[in-house]
Amino acid sequence: MSLDSKLPKGPLADKWTKHKNDIDLVNPANKRNIDVIVVGTGLAGGSAAATLAELGYNVKTFCYQDSPRRAHSIAAQGGINAAKNYQGDGDSTYRLFYDTIKGGDYRSREENVYRLAEVSGNIIDQCVAQGVPFAREYGGLLDNRSFGGVLVSRTFYAKGQTGQQLLLGAYSAMNRQINRGKIKSYNRHEMLDLVIVNGKARGIIARDLVSGEIQRHSAHAVVVATGGYGNVFFLSTNAMGSNVTAAWKIHKRGAYFANPCYTQIHPTCIPVSGDHQSKLTLMSESLRNDGRIWVPKSKEDAEAIRTGKKRPTELKEDERDYYLERRYPSFGNLVPRDVASRAAKERCDAGYGVNKTGEAVYLDFEAAIMRYGSEQAAIEDIQNPSKEVIREMGEKVIEAKYGNLFQMYEKIVDENPYKTPMMIYPAVHYTMGGVWVDYDLQTTIPGCYAAGEANFSDHGANRLGASALMQGLADGYFVLPYTIGDYLADDIRTGPISTDSPEFEEAENNVRSILDKLINNNGTKPVDHFHKRLGKIMWNKCGMSRNEKDLKDAIDEIKALREEFWKDVKVPGGLNEVNQELEKAARVADFLELGELFAKDALHRNESCGGHFREEYQTPEGEALRDDENFMYVASWEYKGEPADAVLHKEELNYENIEVKTRSYK
Amino acid sequence: MISSSIARKVAMALSGLFLVFFLAQHFTINITSVIAPDIFNSWSHFMGTNGLVQGILQPILIFGVIYHFVMGFILEIQNRKARTVRYAQFKGGTNSSWASRNMIITGLVILAFLGLHFYDFWIPEIVHKYIETHPEDPTRYYAETVHKFESPVRVTIYVVSFILLILHLWHGFSSAFQSVGFNNKYSKGLKLFTQIFAVAIPVGFIFIALYHHFNQIPH
Amino acid sequence: MKLTLKIWRQKDANSKGSMQTYPIDGVDGDMSFLEMLDVLNDGLINQGEDPVVFDHDCREGICGACSLMINGEPHGPDRLITTCQLHMRRFNDGDTIVIEPFRAKAFPVIKDLMVDRSSFERIQHAGGYISVNTSGNTIDANAIPIEKEDADASFNAAACIGCGACVAACKNASAMLFTSAKVSQFALLPQGKVEATRRVLNMVEQMDKEGFGNCTNTGACEVECPKGISLENIARMNREYLSASLKG
Repeated sequence: MSLDSKLPKGPLADKWTKHKNDIDLVNPANKRNIDVIVVGTGLAGGSAAATLAELGYNVKTFCYQDSPRRAHSIAAQGGINAAKNYQGDGDSTYRLFYDTIKGGDYRSREENVYRLAEVSGNIIDQCVAQGVPFAREYGGLLDNRSFGGVLVSRTFYAKGQTGQQLLLGAYSAMNRQINRGKIKSYNRHEMLDLVIVNGKARGIIARDLVSGEIQRHSAHAVVVATGGYGNVFFLSTNAMGSNVTAAWKIHKRGAYFANPCYTQIHPTCIPVSGDHQSKLTLMSESLRNDGRIWVPKSKEDAEAIRTGKKRPTELKEDERDYYLERRYPSFGNLVPRDVASRAAKERCDAGYGVNKTGEAVYLDFEAAIMRYGSEQAAIEDIQNPSKEVIREMGEKVIEAKYGNLFQMYEKIVDENPYKTPMMIYPAVHYTMGGVWVDYDLQTTIPGCYAAGEANFSDHGANRLGASALMQGLADGYFVLPYTIGDYLADDIRTGPISTDSPEFEEAENNVRSILDKLINNNGTKPVDHFHKRLGKIMWNKCGMSRNEKDLKDAIDEIKALREEFWKDVKVPGGLNEVNQELEKAARVADFLELGELFAKDALHRNESCGGHFREEYQTPEGEALRDDENFMYVASWEYKGEPADAVLHKEELNYENIEVKTRSYK
Repeated sequence: MISSSIARKVAMALSGLFLVFFLAQHFTINITSVIAPDIFNSWSHFMGTNGLVQGILQPILIFGVIYHFVMGFILEIQNRKARTVRYAQFKGGTNSSWASRNMIITGLVILAFLGLHFYDFWIPEIVHKYIETHPEDPTRYYAETVHKFESPVRVTIYVVSFILLILHLWHGFSSAFQSVGFNNKYSKGLKLFTQIFAVAIPVGFIFIALYHHFNQIPH
Repeated sequence: MKLTLKIWRQKDANSKGSMQTYPIDGVDGDMSFLEMLDVLNDGLINQGEDPVVFDHDCREGICGACSLMINGEPHGPDRLITTCQLHMRRFNDGDTIVIEPFRAKAFPVIKDLMVDRSSFERIQHAGGYISVNTSGNTIDANAIPIEKEDADASFNAAACIGCGACVAACKNASAMLFTSAKVSQFALLPQGKVEATRRVLNMVEQMDKEGFGNCTNTGACEVECPKGISLENIARMNREYLSASLKG
């Protein structure tokens, strides 16, 4: 099957409008007879569900959490981009489009990204109308901040809790529809398979996580908005429950999986402290607006700090290496995430890392504190302020900006970041790869759509800060509700879909057999044991930098681990009760397959681009070396039974409106 | 409207504020028994014989008292039902004051005291005025009042009750403002005032009781 | 360090539960409280016992999934954090820690420490939204300036994570802080004022229906709230409710 992206013709700026005019609509009376299932209730799923219900479709939402409001979008801190140009700093739809394409290292689709930039402004209008309390200036208008990889201030935010506020906005829109009876929300339910009838997605099999009941749910279309698969690394900034299962199940039923190796490793996370660690905590990228990143210039100092003989504050300015400012003078500490992460790894690998494990760098606010302090002293007209006074005032300014983050850091690390520089290290954060979708967000299975982080489309090989929220909401509020109508227009006479068909039967049996096998396995090791081992393989061999040998090893090791898992995993408890170990086991089983495809994808991509860095392909200065000649395509994988047998389908990327250049932030 | 939790809470607050007002008024009259017995007699006589006070204010007051107590009980029962299985360990002391968590206890003691108070003052008054017929004597109040404080047992009960009233008012007075929706930049000052009131008025009553106990006049 | 855990175990909603004692060794101060429970569960699974069920997800204090009454306080002894942010360095070697589910009639236990908070969901369904369409065009985001103080106050109310600590801490198991936070977020914004009357009446009615207790202003909710939601919100909701009732 060849990939048809269904890209509209015509000038870039008119494509989306033209496409909307061309697609079929479903009349309101007919929408009442059409059911849509939305799996996942984060920004993409929640907003899609609310909008579809508002349009008149009957929507069923599914989430494994006890409330849609707990989806992991809630943890996004920094902000949401929109080309509003409220700051008058030269922003425009084109510039946001350009920044996103460049940030993605020329591996995303022009048409999708342009559409994203085009609807971005509307998202902000919409959210404000819904009552999302964005930060404002004293004049009552919306405030903006700047984020990595761009030269304008276009990020809207609500303190360090932007994702929370946007998700609660989408959730409130859902509530309105739930109250109207247009959404039926199935919380604490997990989708475990997709049902395809006559080649079309017609429903799902879900497990009620409280009673354990395996249920059949039918619909005329299924939307998967279940987020990313960062937890394949075990340690990530994702929620404990974040998983690939829904996306993987539709992959196994025929949806191609695109660019699985594109993973974003976020540069500013709290370093790992020990083996007991269950997850990593992100510190918002916004900290890089004011923090300066450094390691000691000499290895002796780094060693002394690691062993506790020296304190970072004892090092003089000329003993510190502000390596981002040194390497990238024009963007400095605000280089994109992939660049910042790799640079941190490079320094630590070279022996300059600072905490006990040697895997940490400093994020220092000293300069910002003193700068803000002096400014504040001038504002308050204090003559010849002492250093202490300046520091005190500066700390107050920093507290007002990042207080909650500093407090969070102190709780976890037990050190005061106002006095000692923060320690940070990169951690897995977001997956640009995902289910392949066309311009309509439809997967290769008719009637099955993917939205938000679960799809692959907009961020290429690297995502810019504050763009994930934008994409999730763009997909859910403004894209999918339109494009799905084009497909559903053919379904107005279909009538309700029966769940008694052999296809439902087969899918249910498939789910049951997997769960039964897990429960009756009588192995010896808990699920986490395997998940942690998988994570180690992924991090060491498919992490921030990759090479051919490691990737080949990883493929073999993951395959072996998968076999061991099915032989030796121990799942206590039964099927018909709350069984968190069973939930985990089913998710890890899918990660063990995805992990292998991930490595296979990384191995085949003989270039470095964005979050994918192959050691064999770098410039003499250690920068990523793209191969546009041979790899300017989306690697889309078709499932053939075993990850090793997956078949590659290429979707060539054409840049007609942007000149493809070497990405430089120097 | 009274079926909603907020309405009940507002009703509780308003009746409470009314009782606080009454308390202040009661205290003002009583303190004259220490300062100027003549004024005490004349004010008491006015309160005891004025038609408006006896016929309208007194029933409203009794209704206010009964309403506040009955509603207090109903709320307490409902609140207990809202948590059917109790905690094995519950450290309420770390996040709230004893007074705020035990309004029902302080309230019950005050209720018991009110029973005694009615038995001591109100019932004899009613009997004196409306059942038995006595010639009106506008100077009898002072002596009667002072004699009530002769018994050390009664004074002790009186003092203990007023200490509990301190606790009840300590939370209840300021809480009433929160209930009716008053929480703003003035609340801090208001709270201070309510707490001073909560201590000062009952301590004043205690002072009156002890003063009369130790300064008995012959029968 | 070595600890003794006393944990509420309950097979399912219909069974009777009880406190069970578990010794645990090798607890590190850098562990979070939930990581300590992970270690306990690992041990239980290895011994062939049922692991302790508890709600958790983001483990960074924002999703609101984690709960737990720890030594008689929701989210444990520290202020302004959730259980997942509580670290074991807060405890001492040899300590006994009592761990119970959040208790309220409106939060029935599902299993062990996991409770059903769908009563919160229904309160939000009843009115936790502004009735605007999510698709299509609306007025420009900057068309209505909003005073920074109001926007900030609205944000502070909206910061509620819906964990239920307010209910758990309240001696009356009242949900006023939660409900008032949502009412306040919208009441403070011009966009939300339009349907403020309907919203507060419906949300309070649903809250009462769910069997939460009455607010007696003890203030425990505010102290225990991991997001520091203020009692001012309750006062605001009382005002909103009163004026809404008078309007009819």
